[in-house]
Amino acid sequence: MTEDGFRAAVAAGVIGSDEAYGSLLRSIVEVARAIFGAQRSSIFLYDEEADELVFEAVAGEAEQGLVGSRLPSSTGIVGWTLVSRQPLVIEDLTQDPRHAREVAEKTGYVPKGLMSVPLLFDERALSVLQVLDRPQRPGFSLQEMELLGLFANQAAIALDLLQRSRRAKAALDTGGGDVAVVARVAAALDELVEGDRAKALRLLEALEDVLRQ
Amino acid sequence: MSEADEAARPLPAWSLPADAIDRIRLTFEWPDRVTRAWALEGATGKDVRVCVLDSGVEADHPKVGAISDAVAVSIGDDGEPIVGPDEEGDSCGHGTGCAGIIRGLAPDCELVSVRVLGAGFTGSGPILLAGLRWAVEQGFDVINMSLSTTKRQFAEVLHELADTAYFKRSILVASAHNMPVESYPWRFSSVISVGSHAEPDSLAFYYNPDPPVEFFARGVDVELAWTGGSMIRATGNSFATPHMSGICTLVLSKHPDLTPFQLKSVLHLIADNVGGRG
Repeated sequence: MTEDGFRAAVAAGVIGSDEAYGSLLRSIVEVARAIFGAQRSSIFLYDEEADELVFEAVAGEAEQGLVGSRLPSSTGIVGWTLVSRQPLVIEDLTQDPRHAREVAEKTGYVPKGLMSVPLLFDERALSVLQVLDRPQRPGFSLQEMELLGLFANQAAIALDLLQRSRRAKAALDTGGGDVAVVARVAAALDELVEGDRAKALRLLEALEDVLRQ
Repeated sequence: MSEADEAARPLPAWSLPADAIDRIRLTFEWPDRVTRAWALEGATGKDVRVCVLDSGVEADHPKVGAISDAVAVSIGDDGEPIVGPDEEGDSCGHGTGCAGIIRGLAPDCELVSVRVLGAGFTGSGPILLAGLRWAVEQGFDVINMSLSTTKRQFAEVLHELADTAYFKRSILVASAHNMPVESYPWRFSSVISVGSHAEPDSLAFYYNPDPPVEFFARGVDVELAWTGGSMIRATGNSFATPHMSGICTLVLSKHPDLTPFQLKSVLHLIADNVGGRG
């Protein structure tokens, strides 16, 4: 394992990533909903292996049972957002009967209007964030579009960090061997209170001296 | 060698012999001042071929009218992209929206749809490249591309295609990103890159003296055609782009001999912030 890989593995052990992952996704959709005063917000993660979008988290009045449902990765507005990597805002969507039916089947909710933005990190398109039914204000402003882009950028950075640690943790869980032990020790150390941690550190430093001799 | 043969002989790309100066003498009549009235007044888009590279187009939508061809790019059995007839139409609504904007500005233009969405995200990069390559080979006058890619592995080929389009007199009009990411092809100087302004005027556009975004066109709260024969309102640079494509179509309809370089110069001169409306 490279030094970077080792660091990521130890970090993964400390973070406890599955719980953090869910919390981050819920936080992203809740903050997005709050920023725009919207009825609902949802996030679709791109599943590279299946080449599908997965409905991962939703904030607002919503049917949580639909979380986990899947959509094609390149059709519909969510697919267009992922492939084109362009944000867009659409109103009056209920005018399009096909869209209304398809969306209702997958997410249990037909929005009148939505903002759809890709979460991009470096070269990769990680997911699509949608903000549904924000209050109607005369003259949608470019500032709102800019705010959406900035928030999406921040969310993408956080998502990328967590996805990295999640992958490292998966690698540890499926055969990290010696490194997995070190990661568990690092996690346990992180949870200790200050006095106990100092003692544990002294013990580990002594062990390090022995190992280096 | 006869005079006709002489004129047909291509000039070397790297130099201009003294005896060839007459052969590149331009007969184009430029006015004392290039105004919007000179550039596009009375133009309808007639005889200009426009390609919409997007999610497909709903051809019978009342705001789009007839389209002369519709193809779709997919991944073949051998893993390579193939171009074939589009049997499905618009997979999202976005392409119909773009086509409707162009039709609204240039009612007599010829519209062709190239669908590059719907075959999955995994192959979307090669599909986008194949769609653009096909459009460039067909020699469309204007290619509307409200899409971009962040994959650096495609940047070089996209750059070559954008330059080929430029040299073959195809205007590639591409959406700028309004997010802090590196994406292509809008950043290449051989394309016309478009961001949004918020005015409700479909013919208003601004030259940006601070590139890489070159022009701002109408992109906020735009009424546009959508699938199912519907009309919606939408915002995004991807809707500013077809406005700029429509304006290019009008200018080329009235002045079909303009090269991409000359067209860009005309667009600069008639931009709202340069005084072309006066």
